[in-house]
Amino acid sequence: MTEAAKPAPAQTNRAGTKKELPEHFKAYKHVWVVVESEHGQVHPVSFELLGEGRKLADKRGVELAAVVLGSDKEANAAAAIASFEYGADLIYMVTDTALTHYRNEVYTKAMTDLVKTYKPEILLLGATTLGRDLAGSVATTLLTGLTADCTALAIDDEGSLAATRPTFGGSLLCTILTLNYRPQMATVRPRVMEMPARQEGRRGRVVEHPLGLVEDDIVTKIVRFIADRDSNKAQLAYADIVVAGGLGLRSAENFQLIRSLAEVLGAEHGGSRPLVQKGWMTSDRQIGQTGKTIRPKLYIAAGISGAIQHRVGVEGADMIVAINIDPNAPIFDFAHVGVVADAIELLPALTEAFRKHLSVNRLAG
Amino acid sequence: MHIIVCIKQVPDSAQIRVHPVTNTIMRQGVPTIINPYDLFALEEAMRWRDKLGGEVTVLTMGPPMAEESLRKTLTYGADRAVLLTDRCFAGADTLATSYALAHTLRKVAQEFGEPQMVFTGKQTIDGDTAQVGPGIAKRLGLNQLTYVAKISELDIPTGRITVERRAEGGVQVLSTRLPVLITMLEGTNEIRRGSLENALRAVRAQIITWSAADAGIKDLTQCGLRGSPTIVKKVFAPPPRAKKAYQIPIEDLSADGLAENVMAEIFKRKPALEDDLMRFAAGE
Amino acid sequence: MIEERFDAIVIGAGPSGNAAAYTMAKNGLKVLQLERGEYPGSKNVQGAILYANALEKLIPDFREDAPLERHIIEQRLWTMDDTSYVGMHYRSEDFNEERPNRYTIIRAQFDKWFSRKVREAGVLLLCETTVKELLRDSHGKVMGVKTDRDGGMVFADIVVMAEGVNGLVGQRSGLRSELKPESVALAVKEMHFLPRETIESRFNLKGNEGTVIEAMGTITAGMTGTGFLYTNQESISVGIGCLVSDFAERGMTPYGLLEAFKNHPSIKPMLANSECKEYAAHLIPEGGYKSIPELFGDGWIVVGDAGQFVNAVHREGSNLAMTTGRIAGETIVWLKRRRDEFSKANLMEYKRRLEATFVMKDLKKYKKIPEFLHNNKQVFGLYPKLFNAAAQTWFRVDGADKRTKEKEILQSFRKGRSLPGLIGDAFKLARAWR
Ligand SMILES: Cc1cc2nc3c(=O)[nH]c(=O)nc-3n(C[C@H](O)[C@H](O)[C@H](O)COP(=O)(O)OP(=O)(O)OC[C@H]3O[C@@H](n4cnc5c(N)ncnc54)[C@H](O)[C@@H]3O)c2cc1C
Ligand SMILES: Cc1cc2nc3c(=O)[nH]c(=O)nc-3n(C[C@H](O)[C@H](O)[C@H](O)COP(=O)(O)OP(=O)(O)OC[C@H]3O[C@@H](n4cnc5c(N)ncnc54)[C@H](O)[C@@H]3O)c2cc1C
Ligand SMILES: Nc1ncnc2c1ncn2[C@@H]1O[C@H](COP(=O)(O)O)[C@@H](O)[C@H]1O
Repeated sequence: MTEAAKPAPAQTNRAGTKKELPEHFKAYKHVWVVVESEHGQVHPVSFELLGEGRKLADKRGVELAAVVLGSDKEANAAAAIASFEYGADLIYMVTDTALTHYRNEVYTKAMTDLVKTYKPEILLLGATTLGRDLAGSVATTLLTGLTADCTALAIDDEGSLAATRPTFGGSLLCTILTLNYRPQMATVRPRVMEMPARQEGRRGRVVEHPLGLVEDDIVTKIVRFIADRDSNKAQLAYADIVVAGGLGLRSAENFQLIRSLAEVLGAEHGGSRPLVQKGWMTSDRQIGQTGKTIRPKLYIAAGISGAIQHRVGVEGADMIVAINIDPNAPIFDFAHVGVVADAIELLPALTEAFRKHLSVNRLAG
Repeated sequence: MHIIVCIKQVPDSAQIRVHPVTNTIMRQGVPTIINPYDLFALEEAMRWRDKLGGEVTVLTMGPPMAEESLRKTLTYGADRAVLLTDRCFAGADTLATSYALAHTLRKVAQEFGEPQMVFTGKQTIDGDTAQVGPGIAKRLGLNQLTYVAKISELDIPTGRITVERRAEGGVQVLSTRLPVLITMLEGTNEIRRGSLENALRAVRAQIITWSAADAGIKDLTQCGLRGSPTIVKKVFAPPPRAKKAYQIPIEDLSADGLAENVMAEIFKRKPALEDDLMRFAAGE
Repeated sequence: MIEERFDAIVIGAGPSGNAAAYTMAKNGLKVLQLERGEYPGSKNVQGAILYANALEKLIPDFREDAPLERHIIEQRLWTMDDTSYVGMHYRSEDFNEERPNRYTIIRAQFDKWFSRKVREAGVLLLCETTVKELLRDSHGKVMGVKTDRDGGMVFADIVVMAEGVNGLVGQRSGLRSELKPESVALAVKEMHFLPRETIESRFNLKGNEGTVIEAMGTITAGMTGTGFLYTNQESISVGIGCLVSDFAERGMTPYGLLEAFKNHPSIKPMLANSECKEYAAHLIPEGGYKSIPELFGDGWIVVGDAGQFVNAVHREGSNLAMTTGRIAGETIVWLKRRRDEFSKANLMEYKRRLEATFVMKDLKKYKKIPEFLHNNKQVFGLYPKLFNAAAQTWFRVDGADKRTKEKEILQSFRKGRSLPGLIGDAFKLARAWR
């Protein structure tokens, strides 16, 4: 096998603990967020990141830039405007037909060129399949540090990015620094950060940059794209109401109780990890650290103990209602409303109660 | 054809305990396992070997005891196992890990033939970064195919491969040129149970064990802690939630009675939610 | 099918199987060991106390690298009622000796270590490989085993059955009858994790000193059984077990018992704010001498729990397992050297050698005990109550004079169990003990 195209900045001393930032990195300024869009749709995680990036930029007294990559002029323009209104000061934009769909080699080229040209100190991406795929190769090309799946981002006293993420299976958190490499890269999963308020009419400048690649040079081709809408994949992360079950349901059959309640509430349904392992539900419905993070207005958890790995996925919910037979279940430590009861009995009753209430008032109103 | 699979031995994180006082990890008796995600990669690799002939080499970087895990892969049916172990790799982050693995892969290629496919798992359950795969691909200039759910076509003569990979909001059908680095999605297959013969072969097999030098790694400044741009500043336990849940009084209510109260409590706290639901019920 | 032939196949990698395999390999035999679990010890449950003596006979310097938790310097025997216990504690600095006599261990780790020694001795160990049945030739002589893996047949001159209490292979192959509910106990056990400093202060220990508690009384709700609490380095093992027949009769669950035991006012503080990580249940053969099955036949031999080698009264099992395993191994080596075949007649030597050890002597000595305990439940219910009441009467200073207290206590015993009853029990026990 051959060595890859020689990676960028020549590293003098690679001792990660060395305090002094090497000269050639001093020029790196500003906070960047990669705006991710598929089919002209900006992924909400990008806005969540802009909200977070704004705070970091202000703390550092630098600018917040959004990176918009795509093939469609209108789509890119729209993405740019949205980015401004969610806090970006400027946009780095690459428009090229080769960017129609995400492809690692093309996007990596675009990103690394931008970084080498405009030198950001912090680079944030969503921990989506796209973001993770891209971040890994960008970081390796630039030979810099990358912290995945962060749950909190801050600027420490030395002005470095302090990225906090779960470790050891979520039983602990750790804070990670990239002291003397730039940019400092981090990915954050959807819904982990709050959605910032949109400031209508907010604008900034746009910097256009060429891709410098022609389709013929690209080995990887898109054959086709099968969108999830066609298949009914769970839209858990952004659902307003989520009803979830755990092992407390005792059997695959009883998982239907969760679906029924969800149906009445027009909610998404999901569950704890063991249910995936037991095959009671598909993995795209798993909620928690290694599943989906959710921020619904209402989260109803039945027969879930509330292990830390589950908790981190649901803490963002406005209201958590927990049904558990064990008064000492840890979930009651972070739920807002608790019911000590047998979920298998209570769930049908609850479903019925809502159905009645809603239909009754529907007639009334 | 020659296929290389990277696996990692990880602590069974389900069994890790945290010292309630010092917040440090209590490792006592925490068993190690093969990173579950890597087994999907291994099985996929072996299936293509079975179909097209050739060999599967399994590679891991880790402490000497990682040999256990490698033996297991031989029981499953891997043809060869390489253990890269050296003090200088201690404390490696993903960048330093991909550096060491990339160099070793090159060495494996020289010794046992150029691989057409290199597999890694989607991610590890300890590192959990999903970065090492892409890192290796970039360093070796392999075409990178992550989150692959299915290899739908593999045409050796033309050297092209077509896969279905999980992308945001859908499944991407991609076609690219070999050699490739593939990270397999979970649930795509189930690791086979080795025959008695394989099991017997595995316990006797001799695991190829390389030091950094053996693997031809010269620049030790890019390995282990020294080669890791990221450093762990502190490790701490998640803060406890301020106050406990308000408990709905149970008295000796029937399930229905209780349900009514639960619903009432929800609407009391979130009147807006009730309106939303009404509109939903009214089919708007 | 595997072409290659082995001198011996050992079913199971617990203490008995390991002892047998180790002994044979050390003497140059070609041994294949098959273990159902993911790794040796993964499926095994034990208190656990390790008795150094039996292991020393195999690996004299085991202390150098075996994963030992704490050496026991204090033994507590408790008879409990619902709120109190009367205890006999023995603690001695002498137990802080050069080569301590008893240790607490964690089986998962200990078995792994033991197995490593066995493999270093040259034994081939295959894990996640379950023996389904024995293979026999036309004359009924055992010639190998069939496993659950593809092409899973493998042959050897003799098969050592070290499969543990269930002895399923033996049963399926018609070499032994099913376990009798009244001769096997079901024990459950939890591991409670605590910082080592906490454990040491709670039990006033230093370094690797350890304390163990064996408890009987109302904690088993009148059933035949006992509870235990052992200190490890960073954890406490707590468990309880009763005869399967009793559980069946009372319709009680072992888990319920354990919960109650853990919440007993005398136990609870010892486990306070610990984190429970493991819950395990396992059978213990407690039928003693009388329930020992056929131990050998043409081409097969039984060791350890599979042979019911447990001394329930003294909570000894792993040491009997190691000893029977070792002696079976030695017998096989001896026969092999003499080029004798492994026929039933020749394997009689195994029995002969066992008779000469503490294993058979102890089991014989206690052969009536299981029966006695099974038929005299008062030992577990009434007496503990009486003892505790007596102690309370005796120690409470309430103006009553001591002679009156003495009378009161005697009264309470008579009321509880008629004088003849008391004397009878004493006799029966004494006789069972002889
Ligand atoms: C690296 C790692 C990643 C993980 N990622 C995730 C993740 O993303 N998401 C996740 O969920 N888990 C995850 N886990 C697993 C997690 O640690 C827990 O094991 C899991 O969340 C427990 O699921 P559970 O609450 O459904 O089951 P249990 O912990 O067994 O809880 C069942 C609960 O139901 C209650 N109950 C029983 N019967 C009833 C009844 N009839 N009515 C009401 N209540 C009843 C019980 O009291 C108990 O509290 C992860 C673990 C690790 C090590
Ligand atoms: C709760 C509890 C506490 C105890 N405390 C003590 C104590 O403190 N001190 C003490 O000395 N003893 C104690 N004992 C008893 C002791 O654990 C046993 O006597 C001892 O483990 C017997 O060893 P063994 O090798 O015969 O059986 P086991 O240790 O049970 O080993 C049998 C092995 O065979 C394997 N196996 C079974 N069937 C098959 C098959 N078909 N194919 C392949 N492999 C198979 C099993 O997986 C297992 O690894 C305790 C037991 C219990 C349950
Ligand atoms: N030390 C290692 N040795 C071999 N392969 C590894 C190692 N670390 C990670 N990998 C591979 O890279 C994948 C992703 O790991 P991670 O980036 O840690 O999530 C894993 O599933 C493994 O296949």
